[in-house]
Amino acid sequence: MTWLQITWFILVGVLLAGYTVLSGFDLGAGHLLYRFRNPEEREEILYNLKPIWGVNQVWLLTGGGALFAAFPRVYAGVFSGFYLALMLLLLALILRSVAIEIDHEIDSPGWTRSWEKAFLIASSLVCLLLGVAMGNLLVGLPLDENGYYTGTFLELLNVFALLTGIFAVCLLGLQGAGFIIATSRGTVQEKAYISAQRYWMASFVIFVLLSLYCLLFEPQVFVNYQAYPVIYLIPVLLVSCLIYYPAALKKSISYLPVLVSSLLLISLWGVLGASMFPALVPNTANPVTSLTLFNSSSSELTLKVMLILALCGLPLVFFYIAMIYRQFFARNAAQSTVNQNSAG
Amino acid sequence: MQRRYYRTRDKIYLQMSRFWVRPLAVTFVVGVVSGVVMEFQFGTNWAQYSKYVGDIFGAPLAAEGVLAFFLESAFIGVLVWGEKRVSPAIYRLSSLLVALGATLSAFWIIVANSWMQTPAGYQIVGGRAELTSFVEAVFNPSTLPRYLHTIDAAIITGSFFVLGISAWMLLRNRELEMARKSLRIGLIAAVIACLAQFGTGHYHTLQVASTQPEKFAAMEGLFQTERSASFMLFGQVEPENRIVRNQIAIPGLLSWLVTMDVNSEIRGLNSFPVNEWPPVKATFYTFHPMVILGILFFLLSLWGLVLLKKNTLYSSRWFLRLAMIAMPLPFIANELGWIAAEAGRQPWIVYRLLRTADAVSVNVPAAQVAASLVMFSVIALLLLGLWVFLIAREVKQAVAGDSSEKGVASI
Repeated sequence: MTWLQITWFILVGVLLAGYTVLSGFDLGAGHLLYRFRNPEEREEILYNLKPIWGVNQVWLLTGGGALFAAFPRVYAGVFSGFYLALMLLLLALILRSVAIEIDHEIDSPGWTRSWEKAFLIASSLVCLLLGVAMGNLLVGLPLDENGYYTGTFLELLNVFALLTGIFAVCLLGLQGAGFIIATSRGTVQEKAYISAQRYWMASFVIFVLLSLYCLLFEPQVFVNYQAYPVIYLIPVLLVSCLIYYPAALKKSISYLPVLVSSLLLISLWGVLGASMFPALVPNTANPVTSLTLFNSSSSELTLKVMLILALCGLPLVFFYIAMIYRQFFARNAAQSTVNQNSAG
Repeated sequence: MQRRYYRTRDKIYLQMSRFWVRPLAVTFVVGVVSGVVMEFQFGTNWAQYSKYVGDIFGAPLAAEGVLAFFLESAFIGVLVWGEKRVSPAIYRLSSLLVALGATLSAFWIIVANSWMQTPAGYQIVGGRAELTSFVEAVFNPSTLPRYLHTIDAAIITGSFFVLGISAWMLLRNRELEMARKSLRIGLIAAVIACLAQFGTGHYHTLQVASTQPEKFAAMEGLFQTERSASFMLFGQVEPENRIVRNQIAIPGLLSWLVTMDVNSEIRGLNSFPVNEWPPVKATFYTFHPMVILGILFFLLSLWGLVLLKKNTLYSSRWFLRLAMIAMPLPFIANELGWIAAEAGRQPWIVYRLLRTADAVSVNVPAAQVAASLVMFSVIALLLLGLWVFLIAREVKQAVAGDSSEKGVASI
């Protein structure tokens, strides 16, 4: 039973990490649209996002479904507790889905520009909200004895969570910039190099700030590391990615930056998971009654059946998603001769 | 939603498939958007429910994601945007895989819904339902009848959509060759699907009669338990007086339909406690129009078949006009059917296990629920308007664009 619960803790993390890595392309590139004023440039970026944004979003839906199936108490507690925040998130997800699909339905520059702007704003908002949510979950929330959040929406917007929100915008912006670098050429690619550099700088600074904040005010997030020093490897990987990133930008391999930032995002999920384990929602009102993977999970049979389904389905999903990305982008990534000097 | 299933199959002709893919793309967005809301709202608005049934109900949703929705979304991107960007083999495969994904997706969602109607494969432990048999829960008594009925309804909706638009093109003298071929395919699919729907509808009704007798009684407007119950075509139901006025009914037919025996006994609503009655009007007045629409769809497609045999299908303006008018009706029939199914399950959210009133999120203020409800209603209406507008535009544009290039050749 325990190993099943831990496996599902990891699997939910894998799905959410998959979401940030892949949807990071369209969220981040959407957010970065403000850097591209020229309609042709925007067109080039959106042209590459259109075939894949939909399947990228499925990672979030499946992650939500897996949370529901594996840890119903967490799903119920977090989703109802974050009611207004989630309504806002839904609004943004709806807006960007509609925007990216219909921006060219009518042949008018005004129509296209408005929907592109909507996509930009909605994508940025999604990044911010995800970051805020994860920040709050990392340090914990006040819960009542039934596992329901007792605070208000405004309390979710505390300094720490807002900082993690901006961190998420920066990291996903980095991911989006990496995607643009790998899939486009010319001025679009050059601008993306510049954005990548700036977003890396911002990410780095915020990462240091967040780490300091946790050291000073949230020492509990380090407890697991002290108990099992071997998991220090995960934050070490994260920091290495962060430090190596500028060097990756200088290499003439156009898909290297996005690979590094993907690894960075995955290791960030690893750090989050390692810090929170075994809690899914730490209870700040009474830490003993936190929602953990042990007291919130589904029954053994459900976890087992779901694991079998996941083991059958996920490899297939990985396979055909990889195939589709290859089909759409491999040619471009191989052909593009990068003007790496422009980045420096 | 699964209209795609049908539409993606008629890719015998490249031009046709290109044409029909556009409405599919627009429809898909609306589907994705409403799906996202559904996925979240179990947790946000139905937290007590989610805790109570999560052990069982979450699994089909997650399975839908992993086994179906990924497939469908991945390849719809290829189908819509990939014609010139991916290898021809994968492009050809994509329509098939989208259809497969959509059909599987429908299955898992129907599983989740059916479990709420006729729960199976569980036991109640410590105030929640725990899974005891996955197979029993998935193939609970109403899964198969509901699935067949829904998929067939989707095929009818898709074929009437194709019929209506092809008829419009023929009436306007546009793209005649494509319109004729599409009309023919749509018609044949419609005839088969409408005929099959009597079968699946009957099968589904039998299941409701045996597993949810109070819903069945409300659908049929049957208050008094009686032998040789009559089958009602029309009537005015008055739950307060427990009668149906002005009814046109065929005596004994209901009993016969359920058990093949005219004299068999059917339980009426009076034999159930009133606090377990579903809202009778909402169930009765949605079920009957749905059945009547279903009969009309069959008659219309049958008429078309007769015209096809007489070789006057493409020139019969009356038929074409009717086919155009009928285009939105299957959508309405689908909604009516779902309202009948869901209203008929009340007051339960999980039949005879959990009342809807006990399933809500206790920790969300009513004002927030009301505000979000208004917000999503407005969004839904806007999306509906946008969808109709864009579909109409897509069709006109595709026709106009094509006819300027090769319209002459096709006439």
